[in-house]
Amino acid sequence: MRRVMKLAAGFATAALLLTACASDDGEDSGDSTDSGDSGDSGDGLEVGLAFDVGGRGDRSFNDSAAAGIERAQDELGIDFEELSPNADGSNRDELLRQLADDGNEVIFGIGYAFAEDMDTVADEYPDVQFVRIDGAPSEKENVAVMNFADHEGSFLVGAAAALMAESGQIGFVGGNEGVVINAFGAGFKQGVAAVDESIEVEDHRLASGEDPSGFDDAAGGRVAAEAMYDRGVEFVFTAAGDSNVGVFQAAADADAWAAGTDSDQYETVGDADLQQVIATSMLKRVDNAVYESIEAYSNDGTVESGVFDLSTEGVGYSTSGDFIPEDVIAQLEEYKQQIIDGEIEVNFEE
Amino acid sequence: MTRLLGWVRGLAPTLVALVMALLITGVFILIIGEDPLAALGALFDFGDSPTAQANSIGVWINRATPLFLAGLAVSICFRMGLFNIGVEGQYRMATVVAAGVGAAIVLPAPLHILVIVVVAMAAGAAYAAIPAVLKTTRGVSEVISTIMLNSIAVGLAAWLVRSPFADPDLGSGETAATREIDESGQFPGLNDLFGALGLEEPRRPVHGFVVVAIVVGVIIAVVLSRSRFGFELRASGLNAMAAAANGISSRAMVIKAMLLSGALAGLVGLPDLLGSAHRFQSDSFVAGYGFTGIAVALLGRNRPGGIALAALLFAFLDRAGPRLQSEGIPPAAVTIMQGIVVLSVLIVDEVARRRLRRREERRARAEDPTTRSEEVAS
Repeated sequence: MRRVMKLAAGFATAALLLTACASDDGEDSGDSTDSGDSGDSGDGLEVGLAFDVGGRGDRSFNDSAAAGIERAQDELGIDFEELSPNADGSNRDELLRQLADDGNEVIFGIGYAFAEDMDTVADEYPDVQFVRIDGAPSEKENVAVMNFADHEGSFLVGAAAALMAESGQIGFVGGNEGVVINAFGAGFKQGVAAVDESIEVEDHRLASGEDPSGFDDAAGGRVAAEAMYDRGVEFVFTAAGDSNVGVFQAAADADAWAAGTDSDQYETVGDADLQQVIATSMLKRVDNAVYESIEAYSNDGTVESGVFDLSTEGVGYSTSGDFIPEDVIAQLEEYKQQIIDGEIEVNFEE
Repeated sequence: MTRLLGWVRGLAPTLVALVMALLITGVFILIIGEDPLAALGALFDFGDSPTAQANSIGVWINRATPLFLAGLAVSICFRMGLFNIGVEGQYRMATVVAAGVGAAIVLPAPLHILVIVVVAMAAGAAYAAIPAVLKTTRGVSEVISTIMLNSIAVGLAAWLVRSPFADPDLGSGETAATREIDESGQFPGLNDLFGALGLEEPRRPVHGFVVVAIVVGVIIAVVLSRSRFGFELRASGLNAMAAAANGISSRAMVIKAMLLSGALAGLVGLPDLLGSAHRFQSDSFVAGYGFTGIAVALLGRNRPGGIALAALLFAFLDRAGPRLQSEGIPPAAVTIMQGIVVLSVLIVDEVARRRLRRREERRARAEDPTTRSEEVAS
């Protein structure tokens, strides 16, 4: 009995404490701003944004989208609400439905994995404009797809790798074997081959098939890259989301080059040691795609599907850190012009 | 009356554990600087409009069904002390094979569905047979082999969906998928039922497969408690040596339990496959039910009824994820809460069991003062 009383007393104290703190917090929250959904900047356009698995803070793909919508908030005065899917990504459709139910007029799905879910939900909310970043075109009228020429940007990174790696040994670490990552790999290899056809790129994928676990496996990325650097590889291009950091760590240990993806990872990696090995990043201007879509909707009331390639600065390479020598940049610009002019055709498949 | 009392007594530790889990999660939410009461409100917020509420209930059902089936599959092996960590791989294999076979054939409606269900169960059982055979013939720990087979299943399923089962009409830039299952092989949804009950119809398909899951749950409950197989399974789990001494072959039981577990695992992917996806596509295939199923089985104490409640609880928390995010609470909070619930239930269970044992000891001492046993300090 004594024990029961002790237990009960413990619970009662905990409950009291909790409610006391809670009510304190309640009083405070009146004047503190809510970071979750920014409903404080007046009555602008309401935009909803559903991230890919991993959510805000991946220093790569999702953060690039976040940068775009924050710019739209500052410059266009929109209000936005953001949601992240659960770990297995099974509630993507629910996120879209909730964003629609909350009265958002434009709803973004960040990532090709939204493909089927977005088409389904778009039928249910015909008055809402849906915008998908990445992936195959949609037949739905109210779904716009922003397609990125990942292979073109990767081509330039491949050319940079071949020009910078004196040993001629180059590696690629991809998140999985899905179509998007295959485009990165294919473009990269064509870029390498454009400089030196004899170079064989070591290609390692962190997961098989379309398994998304490879995008969240920094340890696996590190092991894969360490093995490559041990064999004398001098430059590794990584397209594996959150796993990229592992490749950078391996590069820092081996004192060799790595290249990142999506965001300018020299700026976003947040570690001075790792910065020193990120020669360049394949820039995927998701931020531009998000911003321009919102701008288009505020002007025309609709968003058209768009292609973001080298000619529209939708993809590219970063030069932060000034690691790429001047003469290499000159050659990269030449390749870039040739691709824009159609003299070089980059294939998204191998 | 005593039976009711027993029920209450059985349920009490779980309720204590739930309250504890809520309190601990509340502390977490306080630490990140959000309001736990607002979070609690969001947890029970089913939406404002009747449609949103119906949607929420639909999501709840759709999420609970596969979790229940996965928990059930795991529990069969748990009951006899086997750790089938491979439900994850078994249901992935079963789903891709069922999708491939289901798309290749056309049959009258109920028969088509039946064939798909049987194929899925057979595929799941076949994949579970590998660790069972390895264990009985070579003594390989089923924990290791099922974990390894999970990894192999990912690769194998990726190959199946690309080569033998691939949809020939897919363009070169599209994600690999099987062909769509013909309408006769699609399981009717429960949306009309919502209307018949006077509710608003949910916008998303509510998987009718939940009915099959309930029937399967009842059958398993009866088999476990009433059949010879159920008795042998429970006996092997309680005391393997005593069971063997009484003529229950442990090898045969390992194989039977693994096959049944695998067959049930084969059903996990079907609510989604038959109810809304109608094809296997690697990107939209929901992975992870096999692992969450372990937690669901533990929480449900390996009893079909308990697993059903556990699955409903897990699904309830999952459903609240997006609402919580609107309150500024990160989606990981839901996962943390689920983990804490399972841990608290296990801890409270253990505490309750020790208390019960001590009381028994004390009573035994009181009845027979000659025996002495020292009370273990807590």
